[in-house]
Amino acid sequence: MPKVRIPVGPQHPAFKEPMRVDLTVDGELVVEADVIISYTHRGIEKAAETRSYVKDLYLVERVCGICSHSHTTCFCQAVEEILDIEVPPRALYLRSLVGELERIQSHLLWVGVAGHELGWDTLLMYSWRDRERVMDMLELISGNRMNYAMNTIGGVRRDIEEEQLHDLKNGLSFLKERANYYIHLFTEEESFLKRTKGVGYLPTTLAKRLCAVGPTVRASNVKMDVRADDPYAAYAELEFDVITTNTCDVWGRTYVKIMEILQSIRICNQILDDLPAGELRVKAPVKIPEGEAVSRYEAPRGELIYYVKSNGTDKPERVKIRTPTLANWLVTVEMLKGVYIADVPIVVDAIDPCIACCARMLSCNATTTPVTSVDLTALRQSRRNEQVME
Amino acid sequence: MIDAVLAVFYLLVFPGFVFLGVYALLCEWIDRKAYARMQHRIGPPWFQPLADLIKLLAKEDVIPKNAERSLFQYAPPVALAAAAAPIINIPIWGTQALYSFQGDLLVILYMLSIPTLALFIIGWASGSIYPLVGSMRAVTMLFSYEVPMILACLSAGILSGSWSTSDITAHMATHPLEMLVLIPGFVVALFALQAKLERTPFDIPHAETEIVGGTLTECSGKKLAVMRLTGDILMLVGATLFAAIFLGGFVLQNGSFIFSGYDVTPLTNFGFYLIKTLLIVFILATIKTLFARLRIDQMVNFSWKYLALAGVFQLFIALGFVSGVKGVA
Repeated sequence: MPKVRIPVGPQHPAFKEPMRVDLTVDGELVVEADVIISYTHRGIEKAAETRSYVKDLYLVERVCGICSHSHTTCFCQAVEEILDIEVPPRALYLRSLVGELERIQSHLLWVGVAGHELGWDTLLMYSWRDRERVMDMLELISGNRMNYAMNTIGGVRRDIEEEQLHDLKNGLSFLKERANYYIHLFTEEESFLKRTKGVGYLPTTLAKRLCAVGPTVRASNVKMDVRADDPYAAYAELEFDVITTNTCDVWGRTYVKIMEILQSIRICNQILDDLPAGELRVKAPVKIPEGEAVSRYEAPRGELIYYVKSNGTDKPERVKIRTPTLANWLVTVEMLKGVYIADVPIVVDAIDPCIACCARMLSCNATTTPVTSVDLTALRQSRRNEQVME
Repeated sequence: MIDAVLAVFYLLVFPGFVFLGVYALLCEWIDRKAYARMQHRIGPPWFQPLADLIKLLAKEDVIPKNAERSLFQYAPPVALAAAAAPIINIPIWGTQALYSFQGDLLVILYMLSIPTLALFIIGWASGSIYPLVGSMRAVTMLFSYEVPMILACLSAGILSGSWSTSDITAHMATHPLEMLVLIPGFVVALFALQAKLERTPFDIPHAETEIVGGTLTECSGKKLAVMRLTGDILMLVGATLFAAIFLGGFVLQNGSFIFSGYDVTPLTNFGFYLIKTLLIVFILATIKTLFARLRIDQMVNFSWKYLALAGVFQLFIALGFVSGVKGVA
């Protein structure tokens, strides 16, 4: 059988957001893969330069719907570093608390999506029902299910009351029970093991060389976690394990994510037990002095990097965002080589892609691709002509 | 004259098209509702399958530019007819079908594989890549599950010494304990039926996240409505067949129930029939809930390694039972 090119996407049920994977297949096996992203470029970095720092908080919160807290924390950390201010410990703990709850909801969401990719909709329904509990907890803390708006430059905006602690603790024990159930499910359910074991193999050396991040790299037996390597917020004082496996496949990525839920619950419990008293925030000036800073954050999907450059005004000169998904595309291409067509959705999904979040830039090679510019009126006219011809 | 009217009634109303259609849609609802409840969802209201059908019938029917028009258009009605036809050969309200002859079991199995071939033709003729991949997968699967299914059904035939579904039911009704001998065959047949109906874990030909709508991607409007109804009727006819041959013991002899001078046993048996088919539909829904989708190579492996083997095993049990226990050499 000759090699056939199959486009998966930009609109395809396997992907929740527009992206394209061009597959070259030989029979049922994938020989070559090419990932094409940036169908939803939103110009967030440019928009950030035209807004004040406080308004930028709301903007970067909307880079990603699932890990919104990661983006604001990372941005705040960068600005705080330029300002050289000390954030109160209570604020740091609260940042970590919301960050970990966010990780739990993100991983539970992924478990459901993975189930759906494998045609196991029961898992989707179960895990998304359990996820509602985390969402409720986040709503209890911040008033919102998504985009919590907890952070501000110099601290956090909301405190948690004594009465809320009890509800949060109850929620955590419920989640722990459910996480244990999923571990049981993932280690023993035969049809799930069949579809994930040995699929999308990513050896340790390749994962390191191509700079994978997050659960993807940890599943390839690399102990890399910003929370442990370069502690931010309250993580230096909290105890947790960095989960790794040496299976290097989709099953390993599932295992790492589900075990991280347990670690997150452990961290949350520690935070709730000894939450330091004190102020929530320190006052930060509106105008930020000239300077630049890089901030790192372990988002649910991996290492998130913000670079902020200030010019002494109330607006940043430059904000550069590197989302974890962008770092994982290179290894995705490698993982896709040699898998069955049927495994493509789950392999791509195993890095937990946040596709619109990673649409940061549009690169175009003018030497190989002819570039033409057309104004809108001409474009509309040509479209109309096409319709008339049809 | 009265015979002709009766024949038309049989074909069109009961147990023919109207009954089949209504009961098949009801079965679809039971299936969807059970599936939903097992997933902690509420599930659709009882009229949802009918509403879906009416909606689809009213929708615009699009035929892609590069499709083989005639094949693409005429395959769905053929599939529907082939799926519905075997009902006249399967006993429903007693031990006797409307029309039976030696070998009708094979004819039924043959008719039940025509919808899959129609599905293949639709995918092949639609001129689009996803249906094409789906078609290939459907046919690959057909070769794997047909053999175990036929082996399981033939075991029942061997046990009763007849190739006629009515005779098998009649035999089972008089020897209800022999149903126990057929339990492995029943399990094999249920998995094979699940594969024939292309439901999880065998929903490979229309795996949504891989090949969009699979074989039916390019079908719309009436064609899609007819194919969906075909799927429902196929499930019902399959369940009816299994109820007749594997659960044939739960049929009462005529004259068991007399109600104010009338023999109401056929009515009771019809009640049993409803219970048996709904039970089978419920089991199929449970299988759908429990598993993740297999890959095509894993499915073929599973069919030949386990299902076909279990089918052969069942065949030996049936042969051993007939020659050993019953002493028929």
